[in-house]
Amino acid sequence: MSIILFVEQVLNGLQFGVMLFLMASGLTLVFGVMGLINLAHGSLFMIGAFAAAVIAGITGSFILALMAALAAAAAAGAIVEILVIRRLYARDHLDQVLATFALILIFSEGTRWAFGSFPLFLDTPSYLSGPVTLPGGIEYSSYRLAIIIIGLLIAVGLFQLISKTRLGIQIRAGENDREMIAALGVDISKLYTIVFALGAALAGFAGALVGAIQSVQVGMGEPVLILAFVVIVIGGIGSIQGALVGSILVGLTDTLGRFLLPVLLGTVMDASSATLIGSALSSMSIYILMALVLLIKPQGLFGAQT
Amino acid sequence: MTREGTINFLILSGMLVVPIWAFIADEPFTITLATRVAILALAGVGLNIALGMGGLVSLGHAAFFGIGGYAMGILASHAQNFDPIMEWPILIEGTKSMPIIWLVAVVTSALAALLIGILSLRTSGVYFIMITLAFGQMFFYFTISWPAYGGEDGLSIYVRNSFPGLNTLAPIQFFGLCYAVLLVVMFLNWRLIKSPFGLALNAARQTEERVETVGIEAFRLRLVAFVISGAVTGLAGALFADLNRFVSPAMFSWQLSGEIMVFVILGGVARLCGPLAGAALFIILEHYLGGISEFWQIYLGFLLLIVVLFAKGGVIGTLSGKGGAHG
Repeated sequence: MSIILFVEQVLNGLQFGVMLFLMASGLTLVFGVMGLINLAHGSLFMIGAFAAAVIAGITGSFILALMAALAAAAAAGAIVEILVIRRLYARDHLDQVLATFALILIFSEGTRWAFGSFPLFLDTPSYLSGPVTLPGGIEYSSYRLAIIIIGLLIAVGLFQLISKTRLGIQIRAGENDREMIAALGVDISKLYTIVFALGAALAGFAGALVGAIQSVQVGMGEPVLILAFVVIVIGGIGSIQGALVGSILVGLTDTLGRFLLPVLLGTVMDASSATLIGSALSSMSIYILMALVLLIKPQGLFGAQT
Repeated sequence: MTREGTINFLILSGMLVVPIWAFIADEPFTITLATRVAILALAGVGLNIALGMGGLVSLGHAAFFGIGGYAMGILASHAQNFDPIMEWPILIEGTKSMPIIWLVAVVTSALAALLIGILSLRTSGVYFIMITLAFGQMFFYFTISWPAYGGEDGLSIYVRNSFPGLNTLAPIQFFGLCYAVLLVVMFLNWRLIKSPFGLALNAARQTEERVETVGIEAFRLRLVAFVISGAVTGLAGALFADLNRFVSPAMFSWQLSGEIMVFVILGGVARLCGPLAGAALFIILEHYLGGISEFWQIYLGFLLLIVVLFAKGGVIGTLSGKGGAHG
């Protein structure tokens, strides 16, 4: 096992983690502020990817495609919030699960109806398609490196937004006491729409970034959504910080597990069964991580409330 | 008889009349559809024990459904290949006998429910939903990456397993068997609701503190409910696998967990016949809307949205004129 390969895998894990953060931060914000569990967050991820693929196909510009992803997902988020989600805040979690499950069906089948079952393709822009040489002579995909950097910048921006801006103050106040901030004259339903659209935009952005690595297809959002849930369980609900730490942990565990487990098992058994057992075990590694966190801290690493 | 009782009677007898009519009219496909309804209703009855009685919103019940399915698939595939499952320390061979397969399916899914329950019941509310969903997905990925039993392609069983005294290959006889199992489980479920355990569980859902104050541990009640619930859904999984003579990782998919929950909700949460009404409605919609449009799930989505937003209590709640069963 060479050190270069290991560093590459760590970077892949980071890239995966950063992308999960874009999903998980929106989910955790929506839960923290509105107390809503949103299964349809994966659909917003998909909408972002489709919008990016369509705009990139028309204009050929990746930047425009990303803008389109942000705009389309934010718009879809705002519309859904106003039409459906708004009615669910006062309901129990079961109703929220079902209504957002219904939204998944509507979004997925609607997209299939509009675009067909075949995947669309979104190319990485030419200026990011080659490898980049990192210090130490490690060659790494410049696009994936760009995702890591963009993701970390967004994380910093989000922390700034939450801690420094007026909107951030309102969001934090909303997490603590929604009646009080409504009494202080903040338009709470507008705030909710903004928070939901913000989460949606982050998910759509993640979808567009990932769409250039994988194919853009119906149902691409749900596996990522479930991983984002694992991230939130590990990090603690409502905590952006927890979402960041959880994402990186899950991203690294998954990527390094797939890479290291077969190698480690290979030292105690023959190569073919090591690959077999290693791949089966590594597919479960993040869930085992989640189970461990649950045993030690049921409320998550950064969670306050139970 | 109450209005809900009348409706239950109508649904239960309708489930019997339609397949018998189909048998006389020689429409085996309708019998197969009715068998699907009975089996999916059984899975829903299982989930309803956790969801309706215990208030545990489990979005990972496909895990138990899939374990039941694979219990059947593994046992039957070893039997059809005449290849023992293990020879040391004791000889365990595959089997094609349904009662043994059911027992194995119930025990293994109950064990899985015990493990998942111990971990996930440490939390509640939205955490519980996310954790059960995640554990369900864990089984999905595990079966995909474990090639011994077909991996992604699944396992085919050539001949349906046998039940003493019945020809299970005849659609009407297999339907009768599944329907009888459903009735027995629903009867047990009804007894369970009336039992001290059921009452305590119901109380724990409403106010946990009160139950704890009189010295009953809510965690234990919920764990037992979750295990029973998982076992029943596992049994349904074994029957479902036998209906299709095929198991695949799709039985573990999160969509299936969602669909089982949809049966319960469409029919009406915490109602005895709710899962049956919901599963029947789902299959009828799938059959007729699916015939009209390839994208029938879009209509299902809108219907579900309307039921959740405006018609609390589902089909049975709306028909019997009482809103929520937890009034």
